[in-house]
Amino acid sequence: MALAKVHTVALVGLVGHLIDVEVDISDGLPGYSLLGLPDAALSESRERLRSALLNSGFLWPNKKVTISLSPAWLPKSGSHYDLPIAIAILAAMGVITAEIPESLVILGELGLDGAVKFVRGVLPTMISALSFGSDTAIVPFENLHEARAVPGIEVAPSRSLADAISFLSTGERVEDHSQTDNPKHNYELDLLDVVGQIPARQALEIAAIGGHHLLLIGPPGTGKTMLAERIPTILPELTPTQSLEVSAIHSVAGSLTERGVLTKQPPFVAPHHTTTITAMVGGGSHAVRPGVVSLAHAGVLFIDEAPECASGVLDSLRQPLESGKITISRSVSTVTYPANFLLVLAANPCPCGRFNGRGRACSCSAMQIRNYLKKLSGPLLDRIDIRTFVEAPTRVEMASPVRGESSHEVRNRVNISRAIAAERFKAERWSINSQIPSSELRGRFKASREGMAFLHNELDSERLSARGFHKVLRVAWSLADRDGRSIPSRDDVEAAFAMREGTLL
Amino acid sequence: MNKQLLGARGEEEIRRYLEGKGAAVLDRNWRIKEGEIDLVALTPDGEIIFVEVKSRTSRKYGDPLEAITPIKAERLQRLALAWLAVHGHWGSPFRIDCAGVLYLSDGRTEIDYREGVL
Repeated sequence: MALAKVHTVALVGLVGHLIDVEVDISDGLPGYSLLGLPDAALSESRERLRSALLNSGFLWPNKKVTISLSPAWLPKSGSHYDLPIAIAILAAMGVITAEIPESLVILGELGLDGAVKFVRGVLPTMISALSFGSDTAIVPFENLHEARAVPGIEVAPSRSLADAISFLSTGERVEDHSQTDNPKHNYELDLLDVVGQIPARQALEIAAIGGHHLLLIGPPGTGKTMLAERIPTILPELTPTQSLEVSAIHSVAGSLTERGVLTKQPPFVAPHHTTTITAMVGGGSHAVRPGVVSLAHAGVLFIDEAPECASGVLDSLRQPLESGKITISRSVSTVTYPANFLLVLAANPCPCGRFNGRGRACSCSAMQIRNYLKKLSGPLLDRIDIRTFVEAPTRVEMASPVRGESSHEVRNRVNISRAIAAERFKAERWSINSQIPSSELRGRFKASREGMAFLHNELDSERLSARGFHKVLRVAWSLADRDGRSIPSRDDVEAAFAMREGTLL
Repeated sequence: MNKQLLGARGEEEIRRYLEGKGAAVLDRNWRIKEGEIDLVALTPDGEIIFVEVKSRTSRKYGDPLEAITPIKAERLQRLALAWLAVHGHWGSPFRIDCAGVLYLSDGRTEIDYREGVL
């Protein structure tokens, strides 16, 4: 047989396309042509394949080798085509005589010695393969755990080209003696470690209940980062669907091994303030990789020193904040990744960081202090529901033997409050308070009469904008849910108003 | 064996191979400024064939025929047309063949003859 065909999968974002890898070996001068829009890494495959075949004890065909990856219009990138092409070449040469089933997908990069190496994006690839009706997959051994996370597909792990061939010929699989890696948890982080910080703790809890974005303002060393990195410990655990989605994104980004397959803990991502827009939203010239906003999907995106971010970087968050996803267009493709995260910004109160309302240690001018937080653009701040001032714990708090609540206790309340909200919204398109549409806040989901009266009064005296009006109501619902009130009281609304305005500053 | 000698020996090998198939050799090592054609022959069917011969003593540096790069292939085509024009055979049916001759260290000779590959 001089013609052979196997299947693999090309990922565009998280969406897979079934790819036919066809190899034709014909008479003619020795040559290798790879058709179907390969990128640079893929065009280099000839050298890898040749060495891998020779070093695995096979011959390289000294004939004209034509390889077609179809559909041809779809740009192919990455190195996971090595193994399917090698298998197809060997089948076309007649070395592999077993019939290659239609329902098999193959992926893996080849080393020069014929070793099969780790590739990115195996988890979403398996999900797509399943939807194409595939039932078996040959994957690199190192990708075994993530491949197994998708039920319904038989996985044959391969350490080498020889493993893959013996599976095809005899159905014999590499024994897996390694332990399944248990999902990792950041149990070492706990709210117990936080001393004092009563207002900030409350802000964190309300943010977790309603999914409200949060701004922490405070001098350096007061615990802004410490508080933020504990938010995942009080958020509800990921649902199986969310967990699969998050693992798929991390698989494409290549950070799944680090995170652990199907981890239930919401991700926490803290990009540095020098991060570029591309790193933030995702990008790349060939394969569009997920950015930080997608890695934080279903979890927390924490940006420390937010006013120091380059202009544009924070504003690039506006699309994901609005829609819960990010769409990136490149010449080769347009890709959409989920990006539904809880945004937590931290900022010093002034450029020197030491302004605390009393101004004793601060060396900034009044103008500098006024202008510093203005670097956060209005449209972005409009999406922040809660602002809270984080102050250094007092001497009394530091010395106190009384510890604050643990993450476990807070998470229990968050879970109960979210369940109350979910029950209230069970017929709606949304399930958490931060997502109540504005029109509904003026209609079916108003606060109590006294609460609404307070807000209208603030509106009349121009202390509250129309958008602020809706934000306050959403936070008020979260406060009511926490305390088990069926409708936000005047106290809830006033407390929510204080949290929005950050009255401490 | 030096390079010229090896090349000449390979071409001789192919000449005998072609004559064995009933072809008549018309020209050998036809050279102009652009380059050289190793062999020109006329088959019993009346087709003119131009043959590029590559000789090697091992496969260490790849298959002999892998040495024919796309640039060299294109030059061969131009040379073939030039030969036809110069010798008044313009319009005659022709093809370009490639032959690899491998002299292995154990004394065996492998001939890899491919018809009409360009």
